[in-house]
Amino acid sequence: MYNGGKIIIGLIIFVGLIALPFVFSGKGASAKPEPKLDTPEILKLPETERKCVESKEYMKREHMKLLNEWRDWVVRDGLTIYTSSSGKQYTMSLQNTCMKCHSNKTKFCDECHNYTAVKPYCWDCHIKPKEKEL
Amino acid sequence: MGIIFSFFAVIALIVIVFIGVQGANLHYLFGVVIPYAAFFIFLLGVIYRVLQWGRIPVPFRIPTTAGQQKSHPWIKTNPIDNPFTATGVFIRMAFEVLLFRSLFRNTKAELRDGPILSYGSTKWLWLGGLAFHYTFLIILTRHLRFFFEPIPGVIKIIESLDGFFQVGAPVLYLTDLIFIAAVTFLFLRRVVIPQVRYISLAQDYFPLFLIFSIGLTGVLMRYFLKTDVVGIKELTMGLVTFKPVVPKDINIIFYIHLFLVSTLFIYFPMSKLMHMAGVFLSPTRNLANNNRAEMHVNPWNYPVKVHTYEEYENDFRDKMKAAGLPVEKE
Ligand code: HEC
Ligand code: HEC
Ligand code: HEC
Ligand code: HEM
Repeated sequence: MYNGGKIIIGLIIFVGLIALPFVFSGKGASAKPEPKLDTPEILKLPETERKCVESKEYMKREHMKLLNEWRDWVVRDGLTIYTSSSGKQYTMSLQNTCMKCHSNKTKFCDECHNYTAVKPYCWDCHIKPKEKEL
Repeated sequence: MGIIFSFFAVIALIVIVFIGVQGANLHYLFGVVIPYAAFFIFLLGVIYRVLQWGRIPVPFRIPTTAGQQKSHPWIKTNPIDNPFTATGVFIRMAFEVLLFRSLFRNTKAELRDGPILSYGSTKWLWLGGLAFHYTFLIILTRHLRFFFEPIPGVIKIIESLDGFFQVGAPVLYLTDLIFIAAVTFLFLRRVVIPQVRYISLAQDYFPLFLIFSIGLTGVLMRYFLKTDVVGIKELTMGLVTFKPVVPKDINIIFYIHLFLVSTLFIYFPMSKLMHMAGVFLSPTRNLANNNRAEMHVNPWNYPVKVHTYEEYENDFRDKMKAAGLPVEKE
């Protein structure tokens, strides 16, 4: 090896950077988000009717796109009613529809969002539901 | 030829994922085994290549640099472009690594009517390269949200700056746009400029296509096809804690993204992409130009048998004296 010292230091820095996620994966490494569905509004629904606006799978993946569409339809096109794929009708509103059922924002929305470092800016303007437990 | 070969190589990689994941249900292979293999090949491969390079001596400092060398006190020297000290070298390296200084000096040659050969400066490659590398770095840093829990605050700050314009939901990242545009530019450069096309080979096109498809699958996944990001994070956290899990229902687009990334990592140590480490070992950049001030011994010199004047005189002193020649020692 020529200039071995410097090259080895460089390699150690390289390996150290690459190993960071393995060494410092964090104390929550095995935690999984568990969005809670036990809000009064949802519990009021009969067992068979405990469904979201769309299917659970769809909501899990595409709720942000749905919200974006709702926003455009309401604010730009002046529409108010959304007919879901199962034929049910909902008023398109973030605060009055989503958050009426999911009134536990910190135990529901934030549970997933903190896990994936998502911080929707919606709450700069829209009002968060009041949560008693806090 | 190279361009067609590279294009179909990347298409073949994507087809492999379709067959493996969609057809044969090899989720564990594509989600855990191949990423691990790729990671270790990348790590060991890079170390191996750097150690190989380290074994090659560079005895003589290469002074072909764009600055005046240190010489007489009354000649103005350029301590950064032609450094004499370690500090100077450090500054030159920092400019090179962080700002791609030698690319900034890129020139183009044109044959005009006359015929006149004219040279001019082109900054496009420098600009495109800089945009490409920095957005790549930012995207990679943002991806660290999949590998830490709790997630370090810096990552969240980068995310909010990157999504500054708050377009749509999920928020559009500026780096995604710039990244795709920059890779496209770097590719078009090779196709459009005849001189560059002439020297471009499969190993130039392949990484471009591969990186472009990685970016494209990432963008598709985030903005259009959507997949279960929470499930993906469970998978990645399983990888870094060595307790791999493969949540079901992750869309195939994620497996394509991951397989292309794995391919990139495996390909990395055996390709020109090693310039990531190579830039630090460039002899024209990382050696102080002190050829005249210091003795640099060529390590592969065989020992030369020397006969000094002192020894010569010892051998022939008597004869020299007899012939009336002056001697140093009596
Ligand atoms: C009628 C009450 C109701 C409304 C209105 C409602 N949800 Fe839901 N939501 C639910 C229920 C109940 C579930 C659980 C569904 C299941 O388990 O099948 C759910 C599930 C979800 C999930 C998936 C959670 C998981 O664990 O994967 C998301 C995300 C979600 N809702 C977001 C929203 C958003 C965004 C809106 C507004 C567009 C909304 N919901 C409106 C009742 C509602
Ligand atoms: C700059 C402030 C602001 C921000 C940030 C904001 N909104 Fe809104 N939003 C509004 C205003 C104002 C309206 C119109 C309310 C009305 O006409 O009743 C609205 C209406 C909506 C509506 C339809 C009406 C209703 O009652 O909900 C939806 C859906 C919506 N926004 C979703 C979102 C989502 C999702 C985000 C985050 C990605 C977001 N908004 C961020 C200000 C904002
Ligand atoms: C199953 C977990 C989960 C739940 C529950 C959930 N989200 Fe999300 N949400 C996500 C993930 C993951 C993303 C990021 C998606 C991505 O990066 O592609 C996201 C993104 C968003 C975005 C886009 C944010 C941005 O800046 O890009 C909005 C808006 C949003 N969610 C609103 C909500 C609201 C409102 C609720 C509660 C009613 C909710 N979400 C519940 C997982 C969840
Ligand atoms: C060479 C390395 C990689 C590059 C260049 C790359 C590029 C991208 C790009 C451009 C996006 C678009 C969204 C964004 O910018 O966040 C993206 C998204 C994504 N990438 Fe990568 N990626 C790489 C490695 C990885 C790895 C190693 C993983 C996981 C094991 C991964 C998982 C994902 C996921 C899950 C998304 C979607 C994120 C979302 O929906 O918000 N990527 N990638």
